[in-house]
Amino acid sequence: MKKLVILGAGTGGTIMANKMRKELSRDEWAITIVDQDKTHYYQPGFLFIPFGFYKKADIVNPRQKFLPDGVTAIYQQIEHIDHENNKTILANGDFLDYDILIIATGSRTNPEETPGLKGELWYKNVFDFYTIEGAEALADFFKTWKGGKLVINVADNPIKCPVAPLEFTFYADAFFTKKGIRDKVDITYVTPMSGAFTKPKASKMLGNLLEAKKINLVTDFFLGEVDNDNKKILDFGGREVPFDCLITVPLHSGEPAVSNSGLGDEFGFVRANKNTLQSLVKENIFVIGDASNLPASKAGSVAHFQAEVLAKNINSFIANEPLHASFDGHSNCYIETGFGKCILIDFNYDTEPLPGTYPLPVIGPFSLLKETRINHFGKLVFKWIYWNVLLKGRKLPVTDYMSMTGKIKDRVIFSTKQ
Amino acid sequence: MAQKTYAGVTVDVNEEGYFTNPSQWTKEIAAEIAKEEGIVLTDKHFAIMEFLRKKHNNGEALSIRSINHSGVIDVKTFYQLFPGAPLKKATKIAGIPKPSSCI
Repeated sequence: MKKLVILGAGTGGTIMANKMRKELSRDEWAITIVDQDKTHYYQPGFLFIPFGFYKKADIVNPRQKFLPDGVTAIYQQIEHIDHENNKTILANGDFLDYDILIIATGSRTNPEETPGLKGELWYKNVFDFYTIEGAEALADFFKTWKGGKLVINVADNPIKCPVAPLEFTFYADAFFTKKGIRDKVDITYVTPMSGAFTKPKASKMLGNLLEAKKINLVTDFFLGEVDNDNKKILDFGGREVPFDCLITVPLHSGEPAVSNSGLGDEFGFVRANKNTLQSLVKENIFVIGDASNLPASKAGSVAHFQAEVLAKNINSFIANEPLHASFDGHSNCYIETGFGKCILIDFNYDTEPLPGTYPLPVIGPFSLLKETRINHFGKLVFKWIYWNVLLKGRKLPVTDYMSMTGKIKDRVIFSTKQ
Repeated sequence: MAQKTYAGVTVDVNEEGYFTNPSQWTKEIAAEIAKEEGIVLTDKHFAIMEFLRKKHNNGEALSIRSINHSGVIDVKTFYQLFPGAPLKKATKIAGIPKPSSCI
């Protein structure tokens, strides 16, 4: 019996378990999936918790529920990957041999890496919303907060779901407007990038939206430390931004077992071929989702688009053929802008987010790079799709490769206001 | 494509002045670009630029955070060496493309 081992039962790992169980013969291949805990969080839902739209119970499910028959699940921390001997070592000392290994261990926040971030104000005036603990603590804080300086800061890239901090900012504007205290809340978005977003068209559109919502923008700011005594964040060059409430998106790292196994870059993200998803260190190791060092977004949609490519390449690898399938960097994400509206963007390694409609020309139903109510509806429905279609590895009615269908390259749709 | 002449050598640059062909770079050229930025280069500058060029050649993403892993200098020193926007200035002087976030 040959062995496929999948590390991580999050979005990417779960999709691959479902896909590969269908692809590989049950007589020839055993599939084992490992995760440190039994709970699957719908991570896009974390964003909604601080504003009271979701509670924890709305976004959790047992991991087991999404794993197919014929896949053995082990709930243990991973200690080390011995890639020389094709073995994974677990925290309880057990070994798992493999013929093929898929690393799907995701990405985690690392507030400890920034001096002062996890200081005395942590979960008093300083919160993250990328963990359930942070999101819930912030929900409690917002219930009674009377206003002041609200600062949203991204420490440095890469981060999971790069648009989430902006969505949070737009939501905060809407939330405090509805509460009737928006005039008492001074909102500032502080980013290491040179604009609201990276790619020019989206950055301009989102930058204009920040301005229209009277949100201050501080760019090129790389978080150096948090001064708890004076409630300020400082960048490495000494620039300061004062806060009463700091929403931090801390530095991200990969799985420690990846770092200590020589498979990752300096942040613990698996070094991999950006098209084939194969490890650059060992040919029988592959990676999916946030765990890789690919120059693509760390987002569930990316893991979903990669899954098809990875399944094909693993089949080619087993058949001793060249890896034909090539991931193009396809990503798409909804950006909630508050007040029941939402923007949708769709892009890849080479094509920046463009205006247009998705997935079909003209009729959409979703509009790209434009605020609409139907996009917001799409985002809400997505939670159901995630649990019921996406994790099971079923096809969605959109292409895995980015398509230019419905996209408009040159139309000027933004105001020219700088 | 635009061109610029540094230390008597004509090099290819983009509209922002970043090299499009890193192999055209020399230390003499670096010193002249640095002068435009108001920086006098020292051994430390060259050591960290060497690190950045090596990472770029390996196809790896450059980030402020990775400077702490360079084994050459820490981020605070990086800011002192290239004041203001260190990564943008350092890559320009090191003759490699401006780092772009890949989201």
